[in-house]
This record gives sequence, structure tokens and C-alpha cells, in this order.
Amino acid sequence: MAKLINLKINGTPVTVPEGTLVADAAKKAGIDIPVFCYHPKMEPVGMCRQCLVEIGRPMIDRATGQPILDDSGQPKLQFMPKLETACTNPVSEGMVVLTSTEKATTGQKEIIELLLTSHPLDCPICDKGGECPLQNLAMTYGADQSRFTFEEKHHAEKHVALGDLIFLDRERCIQCARCIRFQDSIAGEPVLAFYQRGRNTDIVTCSDPGFDSVFSGNTTDICPVGALTTADFRFGARPWELKQAASVCAQCPVGCNVTFNVRREAKSGGGYAIKRVMPRQNEQVNEIWMCDKGRFAGYPYTESTSRLTLAPAELDSALSRAAAKLAEAKSDAVILAGGRLANEDLYNLKQLAAALGAPAYLYTQMGGGETTTAYGLTAGSNLGDLGKGDTVIVAASDLYNEAPIWHLRLKAAAQRGATLIVANARATKLDEFSSFVVRYAYGDETETVKGLLGKEKVGEAIKNANHLVIFYGADGLGLGGTSALAAACAELLNGKTGQPNNGLIGVWSTPNQQGALELGFRPAADLASKLKGKTVYILAADPAGDDPRLAEALKTAKTVIAQDILATETTRLAEIVLPAAAYTEREGTYTSAERRVQRFYPAVPVKPGTRVDFALVAEIAKKCGVELEGRSALLVMNKLAAGESAFSGLNYASLAEAVEQWPIIGRGDLYYGGTSYENKLGLGVILAQGAQPFNVERSTMKAIRPQENELLAVPVTKLYDLGTTLAPASRLAAQVERFAGVVLNPVTAAKLGLENGGKATVSVNNVEVATQILLDESVSTGVVLIPRSFAIPLSEPAAVKISVAEKA
Amino acid sequence: MLKDSMLVQLGKGMFTTLRALFFEKKVTIQYPEQTRPVARRYRGRHVLNRYENGLEKCIGCSLCAAACPADAIFVESAENTDERRFSPGERYASTYEINMLRCIYCGFCEDACPTEAITLGEIYELSFTDRREAIFTKERLLLPVPTGGEPTPQVTEPGKFTRSVPAMQNPQD
Repeated sequence: MAKLINLKINGTPVTVPEGTLVADAAKKAGIDIPVFCYHPKMEPVGMCRQCLVEIGRPMIDRATGQPILDDSGQPKLQFMPKLETACTNPVSEGMVVLTSTEKATTGQKEIIELLLTSHPLDCPICDKGGECPLQNLAMTYGADQSRFTFEEKHHAEKHVALGDLIFLDRERCIQCARCIRFQDSIAGEPVLAFYQRGRNTDIVTCSDPGFDSVFSGNTTDICPVGALTTADFRFGARPWELKQAASVCAQCPVGCNVTFNVRREAKSGGGYAIKRVMPRQNEQVNEIWMCDKGRFAGYPYTESTSRLTLAPAELDSALSRAAAKLAEAKSDAVILAGGRLANEDLYNLKQLAAALGAPAYLYTQMGGGETTTAYGLTAGSNLGDLGKGDTVIVAASDLYNEAPIWHLRLKAAAQRGATLIVANARATKLDEFSSFVVRYAYGDETETVKGLLGKEKVGEAIKNANHLVIFYGADGLGLGGTSALAAACAELLNGKTGQPNNGLIGVWSTPNQQGALELGFRPAADLASKLKGKTVYILAADPAGDDPRLAEALKTAKTVIAQDILATETTRLAEIVLPAAAYTEREGTYTSAERRVQRFYPAVPVKPGTRVDFALVAEIAKKCGVELEGRSALLVMNKLAAGESAFSGLNYASLAEAVEQWPIIGRGDLYYGGTSYENKLGLGVILAQGAQPFNVERSTMKAIRPQENELLAVPVTKLYDLGTTLAPASRLAAQVERFAGVVLNPVTAAKLGLENGGKATVSVNNVEVATQILLDESVSTGVVLIPRSFAIPLSEPAAVKISVAEKA
Repeated sequence: MLKDSMLVQLGKGMFTTLRALFFEKKVTIQYPEQTRPVARRYRGRHVLNRYENGLEKCIGCSLCAAACPADAIFVESAENTDERRFSPGERYASTYEINMLRCIYCGFCEDACPTEAITLGEIYELSFTDRREAIFTKERLLLPVPTGGEPTPQVTEPGKFTRSVPAMQNPQD
């Protein structure tokens, strides 16, 4: 605990830890000091001079070291002759800060006047208008008249596309450098910079393609003016017209808290439409940030034209037919659930499966779930608390691509002093921030992790860690490989679990895979064989689209019942299709891979012709003669909490509890923390750890060694792919295009006569796919990285042949 | 006695009537054939104004909708391009609707408008046979294109309209 310092701000006594800045101390005491360049998440720079205040410090007698007292016995104060910036001055004992004296307010007023000399009068059309710190502070602290001539305004370039997603208006920029500093220090991708000097200072991007960062959207949140705006919200609506719906991002297992902004629109027939996704503060999960995938791909798919719908009568008959088929099949039925389903849906599904006596499998290509339920994080965990003395291992995962916010959080942990060990077969973006990088050949993942303790420094860091968090992923691994890897990781954790901030985290590809695992759903080792001849009920999964072998298996199935929100290969193949409501249209809970159960709330009404997943399952169950709760998510959660030990004690009220977080974010404080939303609707609850002692399976997997004319193909995950929920996000089309292709080492490519960007045919698992060749020196020779969800079916490492595509 | 007789009283009354009939200015007009001019600051139905070149003054800022105490105005905006230009700035109103059944003719929208695009005009003949007719769309609110101007959307030369909001003078009465 840091030493506490007592000071007075505007006469109010304030006690804050040593090192706190005056601006933060005032904020904690509820006193507003206007700021533009200062942001509580970043180091102060004192560039905008807006936070000018009078600061007095007690005079100290040099001889005794004691404060000099005046006649009345009070310490004598020494004020600086000029105003000081509150954001760069740390508090000191006995300090007196005056923020609203005439001298201070004049200083603040004049700074605003200077900032406004060249600021255009764009407010009526500016996307920031209405939630703009400059607007708000000019109204509160600024002068009503300017002494500068309107005609002398500096004109600069407007509507500059910094990248595909972010627009810059150079006239509106006040050169606070918040965006530059965010990219440098928080995102760790310094792609923005100042160019020129003085009045000509401009923000420029120094990457090709422009603004090459997956955190770019956050700069628009912290921009204190309308200089940076997002492409998707451009002229979409005025901020005051928007309604807010709290939700959880469903693009990856991190579970970032988000807010959907909705409004009614003529364009959508007078109905509600989602206009943008904004981060919602949860200091334990995403702080106040979110990645561009969540921001730009978080909702377009829910409004896609390929949404499945059925008229009420048809839906009813489809449900009856589905129920009849399942009731007839009984234990000959197979249930296959995807990780997109909410906990409530999965609970109902589990009850249905139990009533039928049918096996229920989790559809995933990543195993090790039984390990994460027993070795996962426990209550009180927060990656933001990791620091000196703690160790984090990232094994076989490219967090930057798989879960960008974890990348950001681990980078921050490493900078706070935590030992970050990255073990991967190829270079990832996290390497730059790690203490140790461990390289291995694809296929040696498990052996490498087992051998970590044997390495001198790495082993020390693991053994002596106060807290040990291990992330493992499926970079270059299939179901079997990941299970073995998870078990190996769990061994490192022996004796450490049960304490907060110790545990194993699986970097899944879906938002609620952890929830499914906690409820007992497990992946099937050989799925294709389990589907043949059965009555298959598939929910929120597209096996047919992922793998032609599974498509074949489904064709031989007795009946296929598919329940999904979008039309997929599987729904096309299915005899009965049940249209489900998107998660933006309903209530529910997701369990993030950190085992945090978080509530999401409906943003828009349920699309006509669809129904919520748990209600569809309950309806089928009812027709099969099983009574399940299908009326509301809350009632299902009550049953879930009563019936499942992992979820016991949870209810919607406890999940909706929120406490005040630091930094203070909110509508009145948006000049301070940015436009990220305040969390009023729940921080989530971490599940209790699986009680049963778990015997780690000491399985090893055999590394595949390809033959001479073959390459080793390994599946990897790209942030922007052609997955079902991402493809409809037209804003990200250019990004998807950039990543679409298999990655090779230039040496390997040269041997095969392939060039960067060239076209080639990949033949894998008896399927030939035309694709693009991308070169990367960090990939080992003899290996080809096959991105998942890019139409090349590869569920686990395999030998492949690549040939140059014949020119048409 | 004679003074109070009914005939005298009647005669007095008739005199007033006859005086008005023959010597006073007539106030009755033959509406709707004839209409009375309205006051200079009369607040009738809104119109959306155009510039002389035919471009719309409205920039789709929605401030009128924000100012409206009756929530009668609905605006949706979109972006201008040089190939398809509606207004001089970056933004224009792609949807503009006023529900005249809700409007209370307070004129706050006029006050809020940064470009003098919306003004309350002299039109007061508002009767509807259908509630839907009471919703005035942008097409019904826009004034006709002035002579010499072109209808919107216009094709304009690049680099001519570079400001986000066209430069405005102080309001003239």
C-alpha cells in the first residue's frame, strides 16, 4: 500500500496515494479540472495546458525540514508565480490546489479560446457533436466571445482516410496526441505520428496500409474532439438520439463488455437498428477498450439478408416435425452444440439430451476443456492485477489474432513487471513484449511445455511465480493436440490453483465455449463417425461448411435438424431448419474463457420469424413430453443455478451488480476518460472452480513429419476471416482480403516457384482449394499456415501439396 | 315616455347596422377564393429552403429534431459526394419528416437551424383526411428549385464544396 498524502483542493480535504496526479486527485474528490490531452490510462504529457490551476506548497524550513508556520500557526504556503498544469504535478503533503479562482479560470478560459482559434464550426454535422469534450468544456469553461477574427481560421484537409476504418479531420484536431500515445503505449503499435510543426502540425499514419492496428477504433473514443471518427458511424445518427443496450461482445472468448447504440430508422422500416458498438467499462475484462473486430463486425451479421426466418405456422410445424424425429430416435439422436449458444440455451439443451438419452457434443476444434474447468481462473482474478513477481505463459496461441484484448492486457502486465513467456512455433506480435520467447517445431508443443520447467531461467520464473496464468491456444493444433497441450499446461499449475490469478485459460474461438464446458458438453473425438445414420440436432454450428468429411457424414445421417441464425452449408443440408434469434435481440449470459459469467441484454427486438434458442429447445422438449423453462432467460438461469454446481448461487441480479470503477467513465465525465460507456449493468461473476480432482491425462501426440514433396499444413487463426459472423461485415472486407491466403516461408515458396500474392492450389484432405500465397519469414521452412474459416478444411495438422495455380 | 318606446330603440339599432353597411370598410372576405395576407412573423407550415443554385440548405444535423418540444421532427442523414450532391457541405438529410399533427408551431426548429434551412412559412391550410398525410416528407417540405438553379442531387465539380458546413452570415430579418 502506497503512502497516503493529504492535500486540499478548493478547500476540500483529499487523501490519495502517493504519486497520484493532481488532476486525478481532484476527480476522485468530485472536482472537475478540465483536461484534453491527459487521459487517466496514459502517462501525462501536459501538451494542451487546459488543466491550469493554482498550486501552493507548504514552505519548508531548510534547516529543520519542518513546515514554516505563519502567525496563526498554519503552514505558510508558497504559490508558483504562474499557473501550473494539474495533470503533470503529483500530489505532495500539505498541498493546496485552487481550481476555480479568478486566476485559474482566466487561464482555463484563455486556453480554450486559443484551442478554438482554428477549430472549425462543424459541430452541427460532426459525429462527435453532442458527446464532444471540446464542446462541453467550451460551454463550461470557455468565453462566449473570441478575440480572434473568424476569417483568420486555419484551414486544413478534411475527411482524410487514415485507414479503411478511421477518418481524420485535420482542422478539428487540437494536437493533444492522445491517439498517438494510445497507439504507442497501450496498443504497442506506433502507427500514428505528428508531422510538421507549429500551426501545420498534422497527425499522419506511418504504416502501410494506413492505420494498421486492430485497436484503431479506440482512438476515436479517446479523441477529445471530432478529429477521429469511425467509418461505420459516419453521419449515422446524433449521439443524443441513440439508446444504449449493454451487451457482451461475441466475437471471441474474452467477453469484452460493450454497449450497442440503437435508434429507430426509416431505413429499417421504422424499426430499431444498431448504429454502433462502443466499449463499456469493465476493468477486469476489457478496461475501456475493444478491438476493431468487435467494433466493426459485432453486429452487421445480425442484420444480414441471409438471416433464417419462418412464418409462425411453418415454425410451429418445423418444431413439431423436429420433436417427432427426436422423440422417435431417442438415444439414437445426436445433439451438436456450438459455442455461440448462451448458458441458458445450453442448459435447456442438456436437459433435452438427458431426457432423450442422446449424447450431446460440443462442436469445436479445440480441446482441453475438461482441464480448463478444473484448472481455470477463480473468483477475484483480474489480469489487470498481474505485475512484478507474476508469470504468464502463452502457449501455441497468437493472441493478437485470436483475442486482441488479452494481447493488450498481457502486454500491459509485462510492462508492469510480470514475466511473460511466449511459446510458439512462429513469431507473434506478443514476442516483442515478452521476457522469454520459446520456439519449437510444429508438433512439439506438448513436449516443449513439459520441458519449460527444465529450462533454467524460464523454469525459475514459473516455479517462483506469485501468480501463474497460462493461456493455451490452437495455433497449429487440432482437437487431440490441444487436449494434450492443456494437460501439459495444467501440470505446470499443480499446487497453484484455487488462488485468484492462477489458472489455465483456453483461447477458444467462440464466446461461450467455456460455458458449454462448465455445463459438461465435450467435443467428440471422431465426430464424423458419430453422425452417420443418426438423427442429428445441430445448433449454432456449421460442420458441413467447415469440413467436407462432416458434410458427407451429415448426408448419411437419418435426419438433420439445424438451428442457427444465418443460412449456412449445414442449414442448406438440413431437413428441418429452425431460425434462431441473434444474441443482440435477446437476453442471456456468456461465460468468458476467464470463467466470468456476464449478462447481455436485448438491443433490438427479436426478428420476426425467429425465436430465442432456449425457447426453441424448450418447445421441442415440450412436444417430446419434457417440461423445460422457455418463457424467459431469467427463469432458465434460476433453474441453471439450482441444477448446476458450477453455477450455483448465480442469478441475474448478482450478475447485474456494478461498483464504481477507476478511472471514472460516464456521460458527464467524457472529457476525462473518453466516450466509452460507464458500466451500470453488471461486471460479471467468476464461477467457482470445478470441485472434483481431475486426473491429468498424460497423453502425448505424435508429431506429423511430412514427406519430401509435401509440406506440413497447420491451422492458425486470423483475426479477420470469412467466418459466419464476420463475412457480413462489409467494412472489414479489405482487411479480410489482406489475410486471405496460406502463409509460407519465402525459401519454401521459392522452391515451389511461388511468389508473394501469387495464386496457388492447395490440396489438403483430398480437397483442392485455390488460394493466395503470402510470405512470412517467421514461418519455419517446410510449413504452410492455413488460416481457419477461409474455405480450406483443415482441422488438425496434415501433410499437404501446394502447386502453382494454372493461369486461366 | 316616447324615448323609451320600442320603435325608437329599434330605429337606433337599425341605424348602426345601416351605417356599417354603407359607410364602414367591409371585413368579410370570400375565403377560400380570397385569402388574407399573414403577419410578417407568422408561423405557418415549415418549408425547407434552397440556395439559388438549387442545392438544399439543410445539412441533416438533426438540431431541429433535438429542439422540437413536441418530437415532431425526424431526420436521418447521409454523406454528399461530388457525383451526388444535395447540399453544399459533407452531409445532407436523406430523410426529413415533420408530423404536422404533433407540431405546435413554436418555431424552435427555426431558431436551432444553423443554416436557415427550415423556416416556418405562410402556409396555414393544413387539413388531412388521413393521419399519414399529416407527415410531411422532405419532398413535400422542400421549396421548388429557383429559376437558374438545378434540382438535387446535382453533379458538382470536385474541390468546389470543401467545407463541412457552408459559411453562414449572421441572420437577416
